[in-house]
Amino acid sequence: LQELIQTIVSGLVTGCIYALIALGYTMVYGILKLLNFAHGDVYMIGAFLGYFVVQWFGGPTALSIPVALLIVVMMVVASVGCGALGTAIERFAYRPLRDAPRIAPLITALGISFVLENSILLIYGGFPRSYNTSDYISFSSGITIDGVRIDSVELMIFATTIVLCVGLLLLVQRTTFGKSMRAIASDREAAMMLGINVDRTIALTFLIGSVIAGIAGVLTGLQIAGINNTLGFLAGLKAFTAAVVGGIGSIPGAMIGGLLIGLAESFTLVYISTKFSDLIVFGILIATMLIRPTGILGKRALQKV
Amino acid sequence: MSAEDKSGAPRAAEPPELADPQTAGPQIGVDEWVQRSGAKRDEGVGLRLLAGRVGVRVGWWPRLGLALVAGLLAGHFLFTNVNLQQTAFNCALYAILALGLNIAVGWAGMLDLGYIAFFGGGAYGYALLSSTALGTGGTGGLHLSFVVLVPIVLVAAGVIGLAIGLVALRLDGDYLAIVTLFVGSAFVIVVNTIDTGTLGGVNGLFGLDPIHAFGHQITTTAGYFRLALISCAVLAGILHLLDTSRTGRSWRALKDDPLAAGAMTIPVSKLRVMAFSFGSIVGAFGGCLFAAQQASVFPTDFTANVLILIYACLVLGGIGSIGGAILGGITVTAAQQILSSPADSAYLFYGLILLALVWKIRPWRYLAAVLAGIVAFGFAANAIVGAISPSAVAGHPGSSGWIGHLVSNWVIVPVNANWYGNVMYGAMIVAAVVVVQLHGIRRLIAIVPTVYIAACCWEAKLITDPTVTTQIMLGVILIVTMAARPQGLLGKRQVEIV
Repeated sequence: LQELIQTIVSGLVTGCIYALIALGYTMVYGILKLLNFAHGDVYMIGAFLGYFVVQWFGGPTALSIPVALLIVVMMVVASVGCGALGTAIERFAYRPLRDAPRIAPLITALGISFVLENSILLIYGGFPRSYNTSDYISFSSGITIDGVRIDSVELMIFATTIVLCVGLLLLVQRTTFGKSMRAIASDREAAMMLGINVDRTIALTFLIGSVIAGIAGVLTGLQIAGINNTLGFLAGLKAFTAAVVGGIGSIPGAMIGGLLIGLAESFTLVYISTKFSDLIVFGILIATMLIRPTGILGKRALQKV
Repeated sequence: MSAEDKSGAPRAAEPPELADPQTAGPQIGVDEWVQRSGAKRDEGVGLRLLAGRVGVRVGWWPRLGLALVAGLLAGHFLFTNVNLQQTAFNCALYAILALGLNIAVGWAGMLDLGYIAFFGGGAYGYALLSSTALGTGGTGGLHLSFVVLVPIVLVAAGVIGLAIGLVALRLDGDYLAIVTLFVGSAFVIVVNTIDTGTLGGVNGLFGLDPIHAFGHQITTTAGYFRLALISCAVLAGILHLLDTSRTGRSWRALKDDPLAAGAMTIPVSKLRVMAFSFGSIVGAFGGCLFAAQQASVFPTDFTANVLILIYACLVLGGIGSIGGAILGGITVTAAQQILSSPADSAYLFYGLILLALVWKIRPWRYLAAVLAGIVAFGFAANAIVGAISPSAVAGHPGSSGWIGHLVSNWVIVPVNANWYGNVMYGAMIVAAVVVVQLHGIRRLIAIVPTVYIAACCWEAKLITDPTVTTQIMLGVILIVTMAARPQGLLGKRQVEIV
């Protein structure tokens, strides 16, 4: 039982990261019907920004500031950097193609993802970089209940995810911005006619999605052993699966989907085989598509002519 | 619904009535003179008109035949060393792959990101059936003849394509993209992990038979080039017939508007699966050629990088155009080959910049001013920085030969160029974005430092890492083509009529 609960915990941790990335996918998809392949790479850049912050403040073994402050700075830097990057991508690459055929922005997204990945490869090389978290956050910190250990990084991931998700839900449900976002998602032209600033709302959506992805990148960097330029590809793919499983366009759906994918992956790793976790995720995606194409919380959209 | 237009004029200035060059005689609501000048512009003037007329008179299959003969002759007389032959073979191979991808992406409008799996599947199919992989202890195996092997592989690819296509049927465009992307990455995982005894795992399969049939076999690179070229020509012919057939028209109809196509009793789902399956078959054939020529297959031959390469070929040439796919395959592969050798890549880089400036800046007085400005800016910057700190300009540019000699007093390359190159790379991206946003005289002024920054970055960083530079170039091709000329070099522009 102890092993089972430990598996669930690690699955939830992975799932939280996926959920955070999936939020960006699902918001952009909901509002623009665009599959933003570059989102996974924005997340990867977030992880790299966090790494720079660690290096800037003296490296993992000789930090010049307290750990709590370091983590805050990391998140702020990653948020600002990724937010700027995501907004710039929207402004300069996607916006000129807003009225182009559907396939054009998809190919652009593919190109951007490829350029981002290879730019990091060009600048920093392909070998993994590590935050070396164990040098400044002790692994024995955290809590232990009946032999099930949750270390402090994992606790931080849970807490951050909950805060971000609740904040995002409030933002979308309660504010004017959220209202205009939902309006654009349901009908862009009508929203424009009602005086909603469509361009600004879309830019803000990219900004929020990218900020969350940047924070997720920092959290990942703190948790895993090493980050490199290909970090974003598979994570982005899985996060997109999470968004689809939960029902694309639905924010609570992305969270649930992320947790499910994380759990499925961790159970496969522990109980079946380390090789097949990616294939299992793929199987879940296919099954979802076949059984319930709209996902868990998605609504079937009527095609309008 | 949309109409197609052959000219590359700006989108907004184009009344849709003029969109069809085939329409003869004045149309309702269009002045006859406007009509005539529109038709003239569509046909082009001077040499272009002549070429167009000759082209129309000759018909498509003699032209294709001529191109094939020209290619074979070029292969015989020009490509005399193995490197050139290898490049030529790659060009033909990627032209074939781009043609196959075009069926699903260009004609049926489905973003197929799993194409690489069929390319790889074809290659592994060839590898299994023509080596000792299915035998025991390094002996035995099937060693099938090419004429038996290829049909087996192609039928298998078609059936698998059909199966995936049926799953994809339930999916809208974007879902299809993500499912096929998973198929593509699942392929690499599968050949890496499952049954490593037979499939070789990360070590791949090697020692494959050369292509052999009826007692003959192909052993030279030149032979493979000829085979690939002939296959490419035959394939282009078949695809042309398919494109102009009822099926081809239906594909284009469902690409433009699946709902309306369905209402016109076009069997949308059947045609989609068909397009997907046809594309898979062509991809698998390309895989067979690839494996046979290379005599080995490795999982790393079929990663997302190769997928992007094929997409770059198709997108640059023009989505939906047979000639475009072939042209794109040749251009991108040749460019990739040139980039991989530092001695030649400088020609490509500076040549492209010059070409873009000549093409984009009119009249010539502005062009001359900009070029002079770039040269002067460079020498001034080099002199100023050199006066402040001699070590900052003491590095050697990455280019060799006379270009390297020429630019060594022009670009700024410090002794330790790594960090500087990274900064310049970032500056180059920012500057390029700024240039795109500006207009008129401001853009001309902004071009001067941008080109200079790009040249510095090139000499300090990009040229030292040709593989990554190539990958970045492929991504940039996708982005720039989509933004500047979505129809590619030879494609037809879509005019949306609401």
